[in-house]
Amino acid sequence: MRMGDLAVEAEGLQKRYGQTHALRGVDLTVKSGTICGLLGPNGAGKTTMVRILTTLLTPDGGQARVAGYDVVREAEQVRYRIGLAGQQAAVDELLTGRANLEMVGRLYHLSGRAARQRAEELLERFDLVEAAGRIAKGYSGGMRRRLDLAASLVAAPPVLFLDEPTTGLDPRSRLGMWEIIRELVAGGTTVLLTTQYLEEADRLADRIVVIDTGQVIAAGTADELKTTVGGEQIDVVVRDPARLADATTALRRAGGEEPQVDAETRRLTISVTGGVAALTGVLRELDAAGIEADDLALRRPTLDEVFLRLTGHVPDQIAEGAREEEPALAGVR
Amino acid sequence: MSALQIPARPTAPFERLRWAIADSLTVTRRNLAHIRQVPEKLLDVTIQPVIFVLLFAYVFGSAIQVPGGGSYREFLLPGIFAQSITFLAITTAVGVANDMQKGIIDRFRSLPMARSAVLVGRTVADLTQSVLGLLVMSACGLVVGWRAHNGVLDTLAGFGVLLLFGFAMTWLGTFIGMSVRTPETANTIGFVVLFPVTFIANTFVPTQGMPTFLRLMAEWNPLSATVAACRQLFGNPGMAYTGDAWPLQHPVEASVGYSLILLAIFIPLSVLRYRTATTR
Repeated sequence: MRMGDLAVEAEGLQKRYGQTHALRGVDLTVKSGTICGLLGPNGAGKTTMVRILTTLLTPDGGQARVAGYDVVREAEQVRYRIGLAGQQAAVDELLTGRANLEMVGRLYHLSGRAARQRAEELLERFDLVEAAGRIAKGYSGGMRRRLDLAASLVAAPPVLFLDEPTTGLDPRSRLGMWEIIRELVAGGTTVLLTTQYLEEADRLADRIVVIDTGQVIAAGTADELKTTVGGEQIDVVVRDPARLADATTALRRAGGEEPQVDAETRRLTISVTGGVAALTGVLRELDAAGIEADDLALRRPTLDEVFLRLTGHVPDQIAEGAREEEPALAGVR
Repeated sequence: MSALQIPARPTAPFERLRWAIADSLTVTRRNLAHIRQVPEKLLDVTIQPVIFVLLFAYVFGSAIQVPGGGSYREFLLPGIFAQSITFLAITTAVGVANDMQKGIIDRFRSLPMARSAVLVGRTVADLTQSVLGLLVMSACGLVVGWRAHNGVLDTLAGFGVLLLFGFAMTWLGTFIGMSVRTPETANTIGFVVLFPVTFIANTFVPTQGMPTFLRLMAEWNPLSATVAACRQLFGNPGMAYTGDAWPLQHPVEASVGYSLILLAIFIPLSVLRYRTATTR
């Protein structure tokens, strides 16, 4: 095994589809045993990235090693060490759940008995025993994803690629999938997952890489990203609309900066540094001016705001799970 | 997790070939398992040829004179066999186009399996399916009065020639399936290309009455060689007129030759397409 400290090392990866640059020189490293979240809007190049790292696509430029092997020159070695599961569940719809897993086992040249045994283990682990004898076509979205993930784990690969593993899933299935991913990493698996859900990256990933239009635009832990983009904010909701102007003056005195005012919701927002101390200062000024507040809160920016600031657009609102599939060809807008 | 031992891929060429064959068989089993779920897939190779046998035997049969005499139904059956074997290309084209559209192809491509296994598994499964079709058609032929007159060996040789041609057709179908975007297009293209091919031939009517241009096309049509080979090996009528065309004068050699040439063209082309193709 040649895998050292880094399970994934990509350098300057480029991919073009005709005139479209899907990737324009992406660097990416994932430490062994960690979860890296590749975050980006639709068409940012996430799927292209995963397809290159899983040997499904050849890059036009740059190089990448997965588990210590070059994805182009040593593709077969890479394939022995990776699992791939994605939004387009790679299962055979006309085979039963059990037959799907046994087939994958046989393709790893497990004996018939070993393949059956491995299939049973995975069916049990992913709560598919009851559905094992039915064809995958009738499975729910969540079951299909679990079967897909189980199929990618037949050979217990050290590196796992998950392309939008929860897109289109209902909230309960999503939580279940997160639980499974955490368990895998606890067992030593390295995971690279792509997502357009900021919450998912925030909750799961040790490290987040934000890509947009085929380029890395930020990387770091969720906390680091939040800090780079901007510090904390204080929100004040004033009870009496008539006192908005007075409140603005009070906040300006407390924070020095110009507050943002939303007259309709009577909300004032001011950027601060210093956390609780700044909050105390604001309280004191409001009190001195005799202004009553309905709500007062200190908050850090959400990843949504980080995302908006970095990419210049609001992340896709697909949380309703309305969208089942995205075009496999990433990079097209 | 119990001790999971994933065997390492061998490096010796012979061992690698053995693994590639095993992979192909795994995929073949997968494709045959599909038939259990979608039995209507078998209609193409069973009901359809039976309808053709009945239609031609009873509707056209009375109007067509077999050169050299003999029963039209005995003349017809080798034609029906060969036509149905030719349409195997459409079945395969649709199957391949379907596979390429589905997520399962990403699974196959990300596994350390033989690259050729997905296509070989498809063609072998389709060919297996067509054996069933030949059995059904033979039974139907026996009912309407068709017989193979030259003994077991020649009869088996006749079916062998048909299956070899069928294998060539599955690879033509694979190439069509790899070249289009949807199963519907695969179906349409397969049909538009192959339907005329099965009629501009000696399948249903003797070629001697055709206008010269059509007659030449018909006589050099690989399908005609296969039909003629069957007529010769089964001892069915229609071999009295062979024209000037070499393939009809040496139908067995010609059919086998055509099949091998088609395989030599379409296997490499299909595998090449598969290597470069992605799902989109």
